Amino acid sequence: MTNTVTHKHVHDDQDHKTHGLKRWFYATNHKDIGTMYLVFACVLFFLGGAMALVIRAELFQPGLQFVDPGFYNSMTTMHALLMIFGAVMPAWTGLANWMVPMQVGAPDMALPRLNNFSFWLLPFAFTLLLLTLFVPGGAPAGGWTLYPPLSLQAGDSFPLTIFSIHLMGISSILAAINVIVTILNMRAPGLGLLNMPLFCWTWLITAYLLIAVMPVLAGAVTMLLTDHFFGTAFFTASGGGDPVMFQHLFWFFGHPEVYILILPAFGVISEIIPTFSRKPLFGYQSMVYATASIAFLSFIVWAHHMFTVGMPLAGQLFFMLSTMLIAVPTGVKVFNWCATMWKGSISFETPMLFAVAFLFLFTMGGLSGLMLAIVPADFQYHDSYFVVAHFHYVLVPGAVFAIMAGVYYWLPKWTGRMYNEKVGKLHFWLSAIGVNVLFFPQHFLGLAGMPRRIPDYSTQFADWNSVSSVGAFIFGFSQLLFVYVIWSAVRSGEKAAVRPWESARGLEWELPTPAPYHSWETPPSQGVIAKGSMR
Amino acid sequence: MNERADSNRRLTLRLLGFAAGAFAFGFALVPLYDVLCDITGVGNPKDLLRASTVQAVEHDDSRLVTVEFLADLPSVGSWEFRPVVTEIKVHPGRLYEVDYFAHNLTGRDTVAQAVPNIAPSKATGYFRKTECFCFVPQKFAKGEQRVMPVRFVVDPNLPKSLDRLTLSYVFYDNSTRVAALKD
Repeated sequence: MTNTVTHKHVHDDQDHKTHGLKRWFYATNHKDIGTMYLVFACVLFFLGGAMALVIRAELFQPGLQFVDPGFYNSMTTMHALLMIFGAVMPAWTGLANWMVPMQVGAPDMALPRLNNFSFWLLPFAFTLLLLTLFVPGGAPAGGWTLYPPLSLQAGDSFPLTIFSIHLMGISSILAAINVIVTILNMRAPGLGLLNMPLFCWTWLITAYLLIAVMPVLAGAVTMLLTDHFFGTAFFTASGGGDPVMFQHLFWFFGHPEVYILILPAFGVISEIIPTFSRKPLFGYQSMVYATASIAFLSFIVWAHHMFTVGMPLAGQLFFMLSTMLIAVPTGVKVFNWCATMWKGSISFETPMLFAVAFLFLFTMGGLSGLMLAIVPADFQYHDSYFVVAHFHYVLVPGAVFAIMAGVYYWLPKWTGRMYNEKVGKLHFWLSAIGVNVLFFPQHFLGLAGMPRRIPDYSTQFADWNSVSSVGAFIFGFSQLLFVYVIWSAVRSGEKAAVRPWESARGLEWELPTPAPYHSWETPPSQGVIAKGSMR
Repeated sequence: MNERADSNRRLTLRLLGFAAGAFAFGFALVPLYDVLCDITGVGNPKDLLRASTVQAVEHDDSRLVTVEFLADLPSVGSWEFRPVVTEIKVHPGRLYEVDYFAHNLTGRDTVAQAVPNIAPSKATGYFRKTECFCFVPQKFAKGEQRVMPVRFVVDPNLPKSLDRLTLSYVFYDNSTRVAALKD
């Protein structure tokens, strides 16, 4: 009892947040840390995007125009590392920080100080990585997959890259542990696991993937490090090692990693589509089981990235068929989303527009993935622009669109202010058109035989490349609208209602708007839980 | 409240243990990889660097298998390295000897290590070398040139579908690494 009394007393002076820089350096509040993650992701998204525009400017026409081939290769490598580890993963962690405690009825993340530590590792990790642009030999240029022996031949950037990956790994493992503990231990009494919003479910499963595979990547890059500096021969053929083993280790991490990037997107989309279709999510439980199946399958399909490296026929068949099997749970999800929209009274606000575009374009990326799973076809497509088109379709109008949909969807709850719907829609249409002009022609280029990671190309590829580059600049610059629309909402947006979307469900919508600095200090009552429950 | 902190701590430690286990698993995959190569028939690559003892076996003089010899260098210019003959026809079960020629153009005394490979990979287990210059690092004086022998038997149990094997070597100049291994 005394406890609650002191609590009330402390609460009297409003939010008792520390002010100035201290608030951010010593942050333990999940909303502050979530905001820092999201801002960090946004900065890195623009840095990585600028690198992508260097690539597309160089490829606008055949021949070498702007940069030398070595720097071009650095751009492809750094673009990938920045976008995957610096933009998409921190954005998901930021959304998890904001939403998971609010959605499970917890006052904060379970381990607030660890939360601070896992965020602040990131600026150091990426400072190390970006420093490589200025060291002798230039930034890593052997591809984000770091295959030896090429990656071992990098200049001074090599140890910086490895240590930066170590830091990113530690950061995301700690963040994942925090999410798991929060979801498993901090749920409001009476909120069952199968009553949680799907965003919590997909993040729970993602977090397990993270702690299972990030350490394997850390191990693999440590082996690279000792091969380079301490005379071990894990991957050095002359010492009895096998470079192909690195590829197995890497993709044992790398394939689950692509689901780490996309599973939380499934969660966000599963929240937005029901809200704007004004119907509950179709097949909630099957969504949970489908997510879990995808996560399980992700561990046994890695070698489909390596068909051309050579493996026994039985291996090729196994990895081909298990890869195609992933289409089944993914199909369950896509059909569930369609069934949710079926006969709903749908309205198309910006979050819904992004969600519908996700549904359509992610499925296209999934289908080209299915084509790549076919071994004999993969021999043709491997390392071509078809692969580039495939993974950009699942990552940009897939993961990135879902992040943007989530930001538009929850922004009124976070800030208490509405974004400008007109600018939001303009941002959506420019992005959706830009992204397709950018990536769709790359399918044609790949099928026609244009290899990836090449700064110059044969003239027969010129037309589609210039179309693709035009799309890249449309897409890239229209993201400035995204920053503008958020900025103007925060500064001078209209006041948002407590329930800005009238059919939104989930505990976060039972909180006042804007969400108070400390939410759910007293757990939600059974009545509130029942109202916010997913069932 | 304390109970919750306790259970948070327990779960956190368990998950940290899980992550540590995953890190260890990454390293455990290194020996597992060799085992997997063995049982999937790719052949343990480390076996190619070891001498096999060959039992007196039946020759199969009715069968002829072509063995091709290849030589690769990781970079151009510092070595000359090639097989003396590029292919021979062999009877499974009989012992043959062929030579590789190497010439040190690095301009210093050095040590080189040849790393063998058999194609197609499912033949790896049927190709037995009783002696090979790849078993030990080869010392070369500055400018030295010499021929180095390899003796082998093709196992008569070689699947009937195969009538052509390729033995290839990559010849690595590796003075620092080999010196480090020796001490």
